[in-house]
Amino acid sequence: MSIDKQTAARVAKLARIKVEDDALPALAEEFNNILGFIEQLQEVDVDGVEPMVSVTPMRLKRRVDGVTDGNQQDKVLKNAPDAREGFFAVPKVVE
Amino acid sequence: MLDLSFEPPKPKVIAGAKYDWELVIGMEVHAQVASQAKLFSGASTQFGAEPNANVAFVDAAMPGMLPVINEYCVEQAVRTGLGLKAQINLKSAFDRKNYFYPDLPQGYQISQLYEPIVGEGEVIVDMEPGVARLVRIERIHIEQDAGKSIHDMDPAMSFVDLNRTGVALMEIVSRPDIRGPEEAAAYVTKLRQILRYLGTCDGNMQNGNLRADVNVSVCRPGQYEKYQETQDFSHLGTRCEIKNMNSMRFIQLAIDYEARRQIAILESGGTVDQETRLYDADKNETRSMRSKEEAHDYRYFPDPDLLPLEIEQAWVDDIAASLPELPDEKKARFVKDFGLSEYDANVLTADTQNASYFEAVVADAGDGKLSANWVINELFGRLKKEDHDITESPVTPAQLAGIIKLIKSDAISGKIAKDLFEIVYTEGGDPEAIVEERGMKQVTDTGAIEAAVDEIIAANPAQVEKAKQNPKLAGWFVGQVMKATGGKANPKAVNELVARKLAE
Repeated sequence: MSIDKQTAARVAKLARIKVEDDALPALAEEFNNILGFIEQLQEVDVDGVEPMVSVTPMRLKRRVDGVTDGNQQDKVLKNAPDAREGFFAVPKVVE
Repeated sequence: MLDLSFEPPKPKVIAGAKYDWELVIGMEVHAQVASQAKLFSGASTQFGAEPNANVAFVDAAMPGMLPVINEYCVEQAVRTGLGLKAQINLKSAFDRKNYFYPDLPQGYQISQLYEPIVGEGEVIVDMEPGVARLVRIERIHIEQDAGKSIHDMDPAMSFVDLNRTGVALMEIVSRPDIRGPEEAAAYVTKLRQILRYLGTCDGNMQNGNLRADVNVSVCRPGQYEKYQETQDFSHLGTRCEIKNMNSMRFIQLAIDYEARRQIAILESGGTVDQETRLYDADKNETRSMRSKEEAHDYRYFPDPDLLPLEIEQAWVDDIAASLPELPDEKKARFVKDFGLSEYDANVLTADTQNASYFEAVVADAGDGKLSANWVINELFGRLKKEDHDITESPVTPAQLAGIIKLIKSDAISGKIAKDLFEIVYTEGGDPEAIVEERGMKQVTDTGAIEAAVDEIIAANPAQVEKAKQNPKLAGWFVGQVMKATGGKANPKAVNELVARKLAE
């Protein structure tokens, strides 16, 4: 698998990361290096081996169903560049 | 369980300009879990709070915040799966569905793509007595809801409220087994009924707690059967998905519009593009939503913040043991134990509250059929007139049972019973005491009825002569006697006496 300049531009756009046009070839090259390493890993025979999701033998931690958080509108909105009447205000997202 | 046998309904056929067409519909129903707190945070799920009041830092996706799953939400998904006779997966896992939108601050929705908690199940969708569609469930997964964007408060800005962000949803995905707009609405109705019986979702569509994405395609007759045989989708047409429907009526209108739109394209030689569309109720049309380009590249991957969700069979068994009687079983039992028609049983089991009201009445009064008639025709009819539901009924099951017992013991006639019901409905009180106090008791004393009959016969010799020629006119005498006794005479006794006297 090989990543070209266009694919690199698309991945950057999906991630909302601005990459100047002249930086794209280098980015594509970096992707290719990563994917090359992955391809190398693919050579390992893992038939019948269950994927490891954690290095610690832990069970997913659970919570009981109780309201223990919230009611902090001021704190939630504190970092917002623009907030009005309790809402986050963002540039209009529909035409 | 006792099964009521049924046959599948005929698929809806739409006649195009050139050919006949059939519809193929699959649905993704999003049901909000009836929990106090959100799926991964301790913020409240309460509807109608101040904007951004029900928001934890996890929901606002503040850096470093980590999700911790609400066990109750998991339990409700399992309960729902069991209620839909579905496979429960003891191991499931969470994935990130990545997309950017202001009401999704994480930049991804935590969902379950690869390993959902619930696998294949089924729903029997009743269309009419003896006719039902079996709709297969493909899967149910747990996921986070997004927030709410409001676009009409300011000309240049959108306003975002994260109160709904992170609330737990169950996405219930059906196979494309639904064959018409009416079936689609009936499917959602049945799902809603089951969810409400289970108590896992309140089913409030107006508040958006239950909403459906509808996948619609059209095909020529015969193609669907080929798909059913092979499960090969290439026999079917290209589908479009209509997003976020939260009204039974609009679901039907949108499907009908969308099917006709696709038929018009196909008959004029075009091809249907697979896309997401929105239904505009004001114009009754669906419109393409494709303005978000590349919106469909979600780049799912396992969420590294959450270990796989492993549950124990014993826990699932405990939940299974606590399931209530479900609508199909209840309906079958009402038909079998109380001798009700399937139609009446359907009406009485539509909601658990209807069903428990009826059961309380029948337990006290006996006689299932008579109790069903009074609950459905008199009580529901009267409640509907005032736009009330059963929980607002001024008549208790004990009071209604009291009226029914008075009818059964011949203490009052059916006609008087309706007057009595109206008194109990508007004024309250014990039916038996009211009957005594107001002298409404049926006259079964034949002597008194006989006297009334004699009086009418003596006063109307001309009518007597006519009635002797034409026995059908006896009804006039019966009516006069009933009138003279204020409706309290036992109609059966009056009929017999009038017939006998006229024959003398």
